[in-house]
This record gives sequence, structure tokens and C-alpha cells, in this order.
Amino acid sequence: MSESTPLVLGIETSCDETGVGIVHGTELLVDAVASSVEEHARFGGVVPEVASRAHLEAMVPTIERACREAGVALADLDGIAVTSGPGLAGALMVGVASAKALSLALGVPLYGVNHLASHVAVDIVEHGPLPEPTMALLVSGGHSSLLLVPDVTHDIRSLGASIDDAAGEAFDKVARVLGLPFPGGPHIDRAAQVGQITIDFPRGLTSGRDMERHRFDFSFSGLKTAVSRWVEQQQRDGRDLPVADVAASFQEAVVDVLTRKAVLACTEHDVAALQVGGGVAANSRLRAMAQERCEAAGIALRVPRPGLCTDNGAMVASLGAQMMLKARPVSALDLPADSSMPVTDVQSGLPVTVDHDHPH
Amino acid sequence: MLLALDTSTSAITVAVLGLDGGLLAEQTVIDPRATTEQLAPLIERALREADATPGDITLVAVGTGPGPFTGLRVGIVTGRSFAHARSIPVLGVPSHDAMAQQWFFGGAEGTVLVATDARRKEVYTSVYDRVAPEDEDHLIWARTAGPEVRRPQDLPEHWRGLPTLGRGPHLYPDHLPQSVGPLDVSAAALGGVALARYHVGEDQPTEPLYLRRPDAADPGRPASTLRGEGGPPAPKGRP
Ligand SMILES: Nc1ncnc2c1ncn2[C@@H]1O[C@H](COP(=O)(O)OP(=O)(O)OP(=O)(O)O)[C@@H](O)[C@H]1O
Repeated sequence: MSESTPLVLGIETSCDETGVGIVHGTELLVDAVASSVEEHARFGGVVPEVASRAHLEAMVPTIERACREAGVALADLDGIAVTSGPGLAGALMVGVASAKALSLALGVPLYGVNHLASHVAVDIVEHGPLPEPTMALLVSGGHSSLLLVPDVTHDIRSLGASIDDAAGEAFDKVARVLGLPFPGGPHIDRAAQVGQITIDFPRGLTSGRDMERHRFDFSFSGLKTAVSRWVEQQQRDGRDLPVADVAASFQEAVVDVLTRKAVLACTEHDVAALQVGGGVAANSRLRAMAQERCEAAGIALRVPRPGLCTDNGAMVASLGAQMMLKARPVSALDLPADSSMPVTDVQSGLPVTVDHDHPH
Repeated sequence: MLLALDTSTSAITVAVLGLDGGLLAEQTVIDPRATTEQLAPLIERALREADATPGDITLVAVGTGPGPFTGLRVGIVTGRSFAHARSIPVLGVPSHDAMAQQWFFGGAEGTVLVATDARRKEVYTSVYDRVAPEDEDHLIWARTAGPEVRRPQDLPEHWRGLPTLGRGPHLYPDHLPQSVGPLDVSAAALGGVALARYHVGEDQPTEPLYLRRPDAADPGRPASTLRGEGGPPAPKGRP
């Protein structure tokens, strides 16, 4: 291997996407994804057993496709990285077991990495090295987190997170209330583009007292309830539901809080770069408002292309390559899948226990 | 050399065999809840015991169940991925076949029932008969029923009295009184079955024998509240 540009394959199976990506140092060679989202759509959410079965079927074919498209032979790889948590336990195990088998069969090192850290590291293949520190706003169906990231390979500090529903979850639930299909985020985004912001929905955890106790936390369940109530009231009154306006107003409330707190976190922690990631980062209003507010505050905004914001293998490979470049320790072969892995653990399965706890 | 592994019963089991069927190494632990952690290190240990490297392996055999889904998948994806990385074939063996192989290889005659734990008060069952093989390349037994999943009390009366392999009799002694032979799969026996079929050119798919449809009760959103079969609660982590 050439020391400066490790060739790393990354595997991601924490939810309903089987992702395999290959990076060469900081260059993205391929990002192959097989999704079982359509199989889940009829259930209105991700069914773990359905996801796990789909991962098993898709795993080797997706590895094959990634290699073919990148023109890479497995024997050329310098390392294997895999999401070892957090996520659905049974789904994670498929990827972790596959990664171990590759590592063992090829005789290359294994890196079990954190899903959320990978969401941050993916931007390296998109926009170059991460400014250190970077502030990361991760918003997906399972997470809403504000992270202070001095070094994505081993030092990530959680400033705040949702205390109830994740942002994407709120999009999905409100979409259901509005009669839009699952997953609801893209549908709300589209509907909102032709709607007006006519309803002033609540902004969770932004009142004076909440800003003391939950300065960088989020809450979206109250918002979801407010939308449901509003919709019920309309129906009781026998009025047509202005779906586009409700979507626009709801979206505005979510995006307002997310960007306001993210920019505040940057200013207060003296961080000059904000990275937005996770499936909700595909949201057009979130991108626009983040751009506007970052510009006003003199913060550089980095948002990877939508395909790299949702779950994928390239982000895992990108973090794995950084681990190799920074000579971080290799994970042991008894690496477990950790469904509730804390975000402050960037890596798992280390042969020696490392204290990852940082004062906030 | 052939690398064989199975994760469908309480044993995580790995063996290395010569292509002539000779056993070079076998490593087994009884720990059905730690398949993800234990399997790869066991493979590493078995290779070392056989004085082999991954490059010496030319065939992989993997047990296709039936068995608890999560562990079963870990075994199958491990076998498939290892084989893919080395560009060698991967052979699937129904796991009960390995138990029958071990039983009849030890000299037993007649008919045997395999009943393994399917959780939810059910067992996975198969029935095997000793047969006279066409020649020495062929197996000395044949599966006459199964694998299938049932409550032990729903098994036909004449099956329940058969000598029974697997943990079924230990879990349901009232319905399955005749425990004999191995409780769990041995990878050495599984490898033997795979090699016998390989030598006569039989197709050996690695599709898992789930025998049950996925539980798909209304998930809500969520991934956050559901759990997979047999696994611990599986929340999407919230830091
Ligand atoms: N344009 C959009 N606007 C708002 N939300 C969106 C948009 N596109 C996707 N989403 C939401 O993003 C979420 C999916 O995110 P992602 O693909 O990262 O998967 P996830 O499994 O939720 O991620 P993670 O495992 O990282 O929590 C869904 O809740 C979806 O509704």
C-alpha cells in the first residue's frame, strides 16, 4: 500500500441501506447502495427483520458491484471499515460479520467505526480535509445531534441531541398525518415548495428556560402534536386540508430551530465551520436557511451532496481511511455490533480500552 | 482445504478439512448470543490449529439453518464474504444434515429425528433414514422429511418416539423423550456433507432456511421501538 493513500472499503448496514463504498485516501471511488426501503414502505417504517434479511441478500452482490464499478480488486485493499454502531442490532451484525470475514480472508486491518462519526467524515471526500474543529449537525430518521468535532478519528463531543423524536422521524410522522407516503421527508419538502408559511407552529426548546437547560438539545414531538391538532381541527371544521401550507409551516419550524441552534453552537464554541449531514440534510429549506444564517455569522457551511448525506458505505470508508492515515489502532476480530454505541466512541473493538469520555 | 462453519444451533463451530475429508482442526464454543463476536476469532484459531492460511482454503461450507435468524445470518454472511474475498466457491448445507451425518457416521442404523430449538415454543425438525449408498462418494443417509417448524406437541406420534438429536428433547422432554447423539451441529460433520455433495457435483445453495416469515407487526417509525428476533432491543441509538 502507499502510505499516504490507503485504499479502504467501507460497509454500512445500520438501518435499511446496504452500503459499500471505496475510497482511495480522500478520493471517493465508488458508493454502491442497495436499499430495502420499498419493502418497508408498506409497513410505514423500518421492520428490523425485513432489513436484516435484505442485508444478507445484498451484502456480497453490493461488494461485488462496488469493486466492479471502481475497478478495484479486493486483493488490492489496504483496510476494511464497518459501521459497528449505533443502529439496528441484527442489521449491524450482517455488516460487521462480513467486514470481519473480508479482513480475515484478505489479511488487512479492520476498523469498526461509529455511524455518526462517519456521517461527519464523509464530507472529507466531498470538500476536502475537515477544519479542526468542525461543528456537525446530524439530522436523520434516527438522530438529531449537534457535535463538536476536534478530530473526527478520535475526539467527538456531543453538545446536544433530540430529547424525543429525531428530525427525520418528525418529518415521517407529520407526512403520515398529511396522508403523504413513507419516508415522508422528501414529500414534505416537495409539497412545501408550493406552499406558504401560514401557521406559526411551536419551536421546541427555545424558550428562555429551555435555552438554559437544553441549550443545544432539540424536541420535535410537541411540534408533531401541534400539527396533528391543527389538522384535526381543520377536519372537524369541515375545511379542506391545505397540505402544502401545513408542510411549509411545519418544515419552517423544524429548520428554524435546527439552524438557529447550530449557528449559536458555532458562535459560542468559536467554530468557523458547520457541516450538515444525515438524510434530512437533503431538505432544500434546511440547506437554504443554513446557507443564509452561516453567511450572516461568517461561518463556512459544508453540506455533502444528498446521496452522501443518507446512509452509505462511502462515509464509512472515508472514516476508515482517516483512521489509517492517522495510524489509529485497529479493531480486534471480536469486535461486537453495538446498537446503542455512544457518539463519543468514534471507534469500537479496540484491543485496549481507551477512555473516550470528554468533559462537555 | 475446506473451511466449514455453522451458527444455527447453540454452538458456534468452525472446522478445517482436507479435500479428502480428513479433519485438520475443529473449534467450537457454546455461546449462541455472541456469534458476531466469536465467529471470526474461531476461524482464525481453527486456521492456526490446521497450520493453514486463508490462502490455503479453496472451499467454504456454511450451515444454512434452520436456526435463530440473527446468528444464522452472521454465519452465512461470513461464509459468503470469506469465499468472495478468496474467489472460491461457498457451499450451503442444511444444518440438520450435519447432525444426521455425525449420527450415522458413528455407526447408527434406522431412522432418526433431529429437533432443534426454534424458540417461541417450537422446534425445527427433520427426519433421516440410513440408506445403502450407490458408492463410497455418496452419503449413507437420506432426509425423508423437513426441515420444518412446529410445536413439539404437534409432531406425529411415531416421530416423537424416534431417537432424537438436537436440544429439542431437553427443552420439551414430555413430547420428545428419546434424546440421543449430538445436541448441536459440528462443523467437521458439516464439512463432510459439503465435500461429499461437492464431489458428486450437487448444487449447494447458501440461502438461509428461515421457515418463518419476518415479523412485521406495524412498526410505527420505527426502528426505534422494535426488536429483531432473538436479539436485544434494537433502538436506533440516540446519543
Ligand atoms: N428532503 C428531505 N427533507 C426532510 N427530510 C428528509 C428529506 N429527505 C430525506 N429525509 C428524511 O431523512 C430520513 C432518512 O435519513 P437517512 O437516510 O440518513 O436514514 P436513517 O436510517 O434515518 O439514518 P441514521 O441511521 O443515520 O439515523 C428520513 O426520516 C427521511 O424522511
